[in-house]
Amino acid sequence: MNTITIGGKAGDGIKAAGKLFANILSELGYYVFVLDDYPSLITGGHNFNKISFDKKPIFSHYKETDVLVALDKKAIDRHKKELKKNGIIIYDSNSINLYGKNTIGVPAQDFVKEISGIKIMRNVALLGVLSYVVGIDFDVVKKVLKKIYPKAADKNIAIAEKGYNFAKGKVKQILKLKRVGKPKELMTGNTAIAYGAVKSGLDNYIAYPMTPATSILHYLAKNADKFGIKVIHPENEISVINMALGSAYAGAKTMIGTSGGGFALMNEALSLAGMSETPIVIAEIQRPGPSTGVPTYTSQADLNFVLNAGHGEFPKIVVAPGTNEQAFYKSAEALYLAWKYQVPVIILGDKHLSESLRTIEINDKRAKKAKGKFSKGGLNYKRYTLTKDGISPIAFPGMKNTVVKSSSYEHDEFGITTEEPKQIKAMQEKRMRKIKLMEKEIEKLESVKVYGKGKKVIVTWGSSIGAVLETAKYLKNVKIVQILYMLPFPKKSVEKHLKGAKKIVCVEANATGQLANLIKLHTGIGIKNKILKYDSREFEPIELLKELKRWLK
Amino acid sequence: MRLGTYAENTWCPGCGNFGILTAIKNAINDLVLEGIPKEKFVIASGIGCHAKIVDYVNVNSFYSIHGRVPPTLTGMKLANKDLITIGFAGDGDIYDEGISHLIHAAKRNTDITMIIHDNSVFALTTGQFTATSPKGFKGKSTPFGSIESPINPMKLMLVSGATFVARGYAGKPEHLKELIKKAVKHRGFSFVEVLQPCVVFNNTYEIYNKKVYDLNAEGHDISNFEAAMKKADEWKQRIPIGTFYETQAQVFEDHY
Repeated sequence: MNTITIGGKAGDGIKAAGKLFANILSELGYYVFVLDDYPSLITGGHNFNKISFDKKPIFSHYKETDVLVALDKKAIDRHKKELKKNGIIIYDSNSINLYGKNTIGVPAQDFVKEISGIKIMRNVALLGVLSYVVGIDFDVVKKVLKKIYPKAADKNIAIAEKGYNFAKGKVKQILKLKRVGKPKELMTGNTAIAYGAVKSGLDNYIAYPMTPATSILHYLAKNADKFGIKVIHPENEISVINMALGSAYAGAKTMIGTSGGGFALMNEALSLAGMSETPIVIAEIQRPGPSTGVPTYTSQADLNFVLNAGHGEFPKIVVAPGTNEQAFYKSAEALYLAWKYQVPVIILGDKHLSESLRTIEINDKRAKKAKGKFSKGGLNYKRYTLTKDGISPIAFPGMKNTVVKSSSYEHDEFGITTEEPKQIKAMQEKRMRKIKLMEKEIEKLESVKVYGKGKKVIVTWGSSIGAVLETAKYLKNVKIVQILYMLPFPKKSVEKHLKGAKKIVCVEANATGQLANLIKLHTGIGIKNKILKYDSREFEPIELLKELKRWLK
Repeated sequence: MRLGTYAENTWCPGCGNFGILTAIKNAINDLVLEGIPKEKFVIASGIGCHAKIVDYVNVNSFYSIHGRVPPTLTGMKLANKDLITIGFAGDGDIYDEGISHLIHAAKRNTDITMIIHDNSVFALTTGQFTATSPKGFKGKSTPFGSIESPINPMKLMLVSGATFVARGYAGKPEHLKELIKKAVKHRGFSFVEVLQPCVVFNNTYEIYNKKVYDLNAEGHDISNFEAAMKKADEWKQRIPIGTFYETQAQVFEDHY
């Protein structure tokens, strides 16, 4: 396992460099995890990427670095201490004065000028040097540059080559990265969520920009024609969810996306989805709150909020994927469940899951397809027919001889307003009947994922599973329990896996131990040991390992 | 064709909403006779007295929430362009709670029709001032008179890019029916403001009966934006009803 850190100002192409190098590694068959750390500003500040890679699957970035690529002085000041013994610093000597052992000053700006490139291409010059230092064949670099920058490949290749040749013979190679397997595919969690929904049969995606959910909107907007979907960006989140409900009412499989603040605005209409039994998928990608909080960083503090969102009582589903593969499959599952049960389904993600670029290994065909209990309509059609399972066959406006009446108001079977206690009770019971079925189905789906065996159990959820899985590489006889479905809560599975445990610790990124409390609520099992992180940064394996070891003593 | 339902009508006797209900039923009837299949109609409402209208018309409907009808209808058009989408809203509903949606629907020129039941009062919450209540309006939240000036919905819609802007009067359901038909047939965002007396909290029948006149009978040029803006200011002596403005522009859904 090795790690490269690339740092500089926003506007220096840090993320692009991270992506480029991750692609080079993927081309060689490595498993890759890229942490993209950036503050909320457009130019300046300090951005960095940490690219960790291994021959075997890797679930998190690591702080400790083999090579630091610095585009400005701040990158060196901030990350020097993370360097491994004999770690190397590659820096732009046109803008940074630095001398010392294990440093490689590269006149990156000069290289860019010689090829008459633009300033941002400094990152490619330094990547050329990096590629040599870690022993990558230049042909691989060339191939990837062609793929990533099809329009500006020549200039980028020329600049990278300058860097590569500059290093050749001058510095020693610290690694020899050769092909270790078939080329791998990379995705961010948000892309995986978007792609999963598409593969499930998504028709429309509607969203208002909000970090860290925005990249779902960007990805789907860019690929709308390719995927045969419509992507809309309306005036605010309230419009987003109401538009989505209109869209689903008229028969289109619809998803929306936002973060905590936007989701707060959607709550009124979430309840409308519950009452009108309109299928909808909402991706809520968490960032630290309260309020504006820390927009571009990560958190798992909205669990209670989404579980309790929407006034009144109505069935809903909350699923929290933690890996890229889960993001893909669970997103498809979300659309499937929304349509099957005609309920709102919330995909609870977080910045660390959603914006980290990493290897993904999925099979498109395994994505669950959204389908429903569809009705052919007809003169006697009733949108809210009282059924045994609580699911009323759904028809859509436009169907011949059919009237489809949906309502936010309590209603009778046809959809006409009622204030009669008997009818109100019957309708409330009809909706709530669906919960029983949902509970059963969720126990059958992968609602809890268990890794390893042991009497000592680590419980976690969402993106925190990444660092936890990495720590397992250094621990023995430890069982990891990841909870994926939060509502309906997979009580039986959780009980089964926690029963008989000698020690349990819960790892999550919030200040109150929301998952631990949820487990207590549903199973009665109290978890005293909690490793909580609420400084807006994700868990890091080695740091977490230290805490776990203390607890494991 | 019978367009009624079994729902019990709970509007107050003499309510302006009855005129609007008659007009919409007759308009849909006419349009069905002209060849539009009935199943293509979808009506939606917000929250307030007006909203009950969806229960009283036997076509597809979505009883939405306060102020949110324009996005709901826009979503339907995204899913199925062939639907004929007609939205109802109250003045409190759409000029207070949901005003941003109305403006953006006009700006988008999405092919929906919005019919606003404007009685200048929150009625179902038992009488408070709305965005169109006159300055000095004494409601339960402004017992000593509202200190705010009303907005002018006609001007608001004209400057927001609405491609069909009209005003009707609940006391003239036949005229209103014709306006609704025109609005529905118009490709793009259609806005029909309806003067609606509230017999309990703001009874304006007498004033409207006296002042209302059909501007289209007086040679108003509906293609002239400036003339429409001028007519939108006319209120004190006479109140114009009819089509103020109509133009053609690219429809939102056609981009997809």
